[in-house]
Parts: sequence; structure tokens; C-alpha cells
Amino acid sequence: MAKIIKVITPLTDEVVFSLKAGDTVNITGYIYTGRDAAHKRLFSLLQKNEKLPIEIKNQIIYYVGPAPTPPGYACGAAGPTTSYRMDPYAPALLDKGLKGMIGKGLRSKEVVESMKKNNAVYFHAVGGAAALIAKSIKKSEVVAYEDLGPEAIHRYYVEDFPAIVVIDSKGNNLYESEPPKYAK
Amino acid sequence: MREIEVDKVKDKVKELFLRANYHIGEDVLMALKEAREKEVSETGRSVLNMLLKNYKIASDEEIAICQDTGLAVLYVEIGQEVHIIGGNFEEAINEGVKEAYVEGYLRKSTVDDPVFARKNTGTNTPAIIYTSIVPGDKIKFMVTPKGFGSENMSALSMMKPADGPEGIKNFIVETVRKAGPNPCPPTIVGVGIGGTVDKAFVIAKKALLRKIGEHSRDERYARMEKEVLERINNLGIGPGGLGGRVTSLAVNIEYTPTHIAGMPVAVNVCCHAARHAEGTL
Repeated sequence: MAKIIKVITPLTDEVVFSLKAGDTVNITGYIYTGRDAAHKRLFSLLQKNEKLPIEIKNQIIYYVGPAPTPPGYACGAAGPTTSYRMDPYAPALLDKGLKGMIGKGLRSKEVVESMKKNNAVYFHAVGGAAALIAKSIKKSEVVAYEDLGPEAIHRYYVEDFPAIVVIDSKGNNLYESEPPKYAK
Repeated sequence: MREIEVDKVKDKVKELFLRANYHIGEDVLMALKEAREKEVSETGRSVLNMLLKNYKIASDEEIAICQDTGLAVLYVEIGQEVHIIGGNFEEAINEGVKEAYVEGYLRKSTVDDPVFARKNTGTNTPAIIYTSIVPGDKIKFMVTPKGFGSENMSALSMMKPADGPEGIKNFIVETVRKAGPNPCPPTIVGVGIGGTVDKAFVIAKKALLRKIGEHSRDERYARMEKEVLERINNLGIGPGGLGGRVTSLAVNIEYTPTHIAGMPVAVNVCCHAARHAEGTL
């Protein structure tokens, strides 16, 4: 088993800089959720130079639209959504101090360049492991855009949220480096 | 004529969507366990282990396997001796979907207008319903909640007949290669060949309902399925797209007659969960 690195939020520049593509991590602390519709709104506020409803400096955004919370649970099923749809908006958020993103799947060149420039990290969560991942979410509250339903921005308190560093702040990318090793 | 109350239709649809969203199929479980044995990448094995754990939690606790509980897609075969009474058939189906998604804590993922308002309908309806009239006095429902991480990776090629089987194989493999980690590999690949653009996709999606391990009854297509699966697994994408030998669990090809001038090929990608359930009234 690979060694598991504990990551605490909010992130610091030192921690982000030290994380390498391939590191298995457990994330503990507060993280924010956001997907298509919330990103569109955040981006339009940034374009107008207006204040965001959440402070994103040194934070992590998890690309997820959770299932409703069943009685007795802290959170419904909450696995990652595919990240590329947030690519048009991510660089602007990284410029504002966002340090981490959790999702699944490929990112655009622009996002990777912005991650290098701003010292940020992209974590892979296992797509489809939504019921399992939800076990690490201990508290959930909607903090913005409640009208968006599953797409509202939630603040989660997570304990040992399982993820893998898939693109690090130097631009090393497991999605590019690993498949050729297993190709025939 | 056999009379069937619409209320029975509603209850059956509700039951099937709950089952499909909570309980993974035995065939998928078997395939993933086999994949775990075969996988040489340590990360790949750990992803597969997480998926198996996830399926167990979802099933034991009856919570959604995946937060993307999909658009509600149904294939319904209606016996021609059936008389549906007590209301509107499609309304009953939508009511069943709504009850499953609202009462079952499943995510509502349907927006009313695809371009402008994109307002969530709050019920996960309207469902996408394909009906066919068949002999007999029963109604058979095959339901599949279709997630969009994989749906977005689907592709169509209006190929020339001269492209032949090689052209088709290359197109399927290329579609999966381009999708990379996005559709939650290991995937199931549904392929529809022939018909018109729309027909090709209808049969491609229906191909996803086939049990893993079953092949086309036509030997030539069965061979194509096996060859394409091997080539896909040779891409090295692996579980989660993090590298490995298991990229797809199955390639299922359906075919249908087409025009003398064409050879439509539709590829519909599905995540590892391949959620589906069927039942009969």
C-alpha cells in the first residue's frame, strides 16, 4: 500500500508545493462544493469585479452535485463529477487564490498552466464511489445559491476524504504519465 | 384483452428505478471482481476495491450508488393484448420516476430547457421512454438511470460502407481513447451499427443493458466485440483512468439494417456501474 499523506485545509503554499502527482492523500477540514451552474455564477461575479459569496483563498473546491441527504446521514451520495466542464472558469478562481480542486478526468492546458502559475493542485476522487466517499463527509451546509438545488455551493467538513494527487503544481499529470506504462 | 391499471405501471417503474440506483447487478459485480484479479496496476486495484466497497455500502444501506442518478431512460415492451386503464400511460411512468427520485433520496438531474433557463424540474422527469408493441398480454420494463459523465463521451460516425469492420473498430477504440478518464472507467461500451442516426443510438443504448459476458448471437459481431475489447484494454487507461490493464468490462454491439449508401456507427459509453433493472407486469 502506498503511504497516505494527511492534508489539512485550508491549504498552505508549502503543502501544495510538496504534493506530487501519484501521492495518495486523506483530506481533513472544510471544503466547498461547486459544479457547472455555481461556477458560471462565480465567474460572472469575478468578471464584474464583484465579491464572491465564499472566500476561496487557500480553499479546495470539490466538483460534486450530491444526492439528497437521507435521514440519519450527514450527506447523500457524493462522488466527483467530470472536471473539464469547469475548465473555462477554473483559471479565474485560481488567480483569486483557490489552491485545490477535487474531481475526475482531464483538464485543459489553460487550467494546468494556471495551476503552475498559481501553485495549485488537482486531486482525483474515484468516480462512482459516491456512497463510500460520502462516509468521509461529516457535516454539510448550503452556503450559497440554494436555488440551484444539487448544484448549490455546500460547505463540507470532511475527515480523511480519500483522493489521489493527479496533477501537481509543477504540471506532472498521472492521466498522461500512467496509461503508457500499461499500454500494449 | 388483459387490463392493467396505470397505478401498477407507476409502482413498477418506481420499484425498478429504486432497485437500479441502489443495487448493482450481479454481472457487474462478477466482472469487477474478475477485473481486480486481472489488474496489474496497484492504483488500479485500489480503485476497483473502492468501487466494490461502494457497491456494498449502497446496497446494504439502500442509498444511491452514485450521486449522478442519471436521466431516467426506459425501454418498454407492451403486449398487444394489453389494455391500459385508469389514466395516461406516460404520465404514470413519469409519476413512478418522480416518486422513486423524491422518496428515494436520488438526485434530480433534469433541467427543463437545455440552453437558456436550465431550470431543474425537481422530479427527474420527463423520462425518456422507448415503447414497442410486441405479441402477448404483458408489459416488460427495462429501466436504466443514465449518468452524463459517460453519456458526454459518446460519439457518432456516419461511415462509408467501404470503411468496413476495420473502420468501425478503429472508431470505437478512438472514442474510448479520447474519453480517457472522464467516463469513470472501467466502462461498458454500447455500439449500434446501421439504421439511421437516431436508430443507431437507440440500439447502442439498449446494448448497454446486455449482461456482461454475453456476446452478439452473430459470430462475426461477437468476434468484433472481443477484438475491440482487447484493443481498448491495450490502451492502458485503466480503472479511474490512472493507468492499468482494465479499461472496459464489455463491448456490446447491436446491429440493424441500413441504407445502401451508409453505415452509421453510434458509440454510447457507460460507467462501470451500468445500472439497470427489469421487471414485468
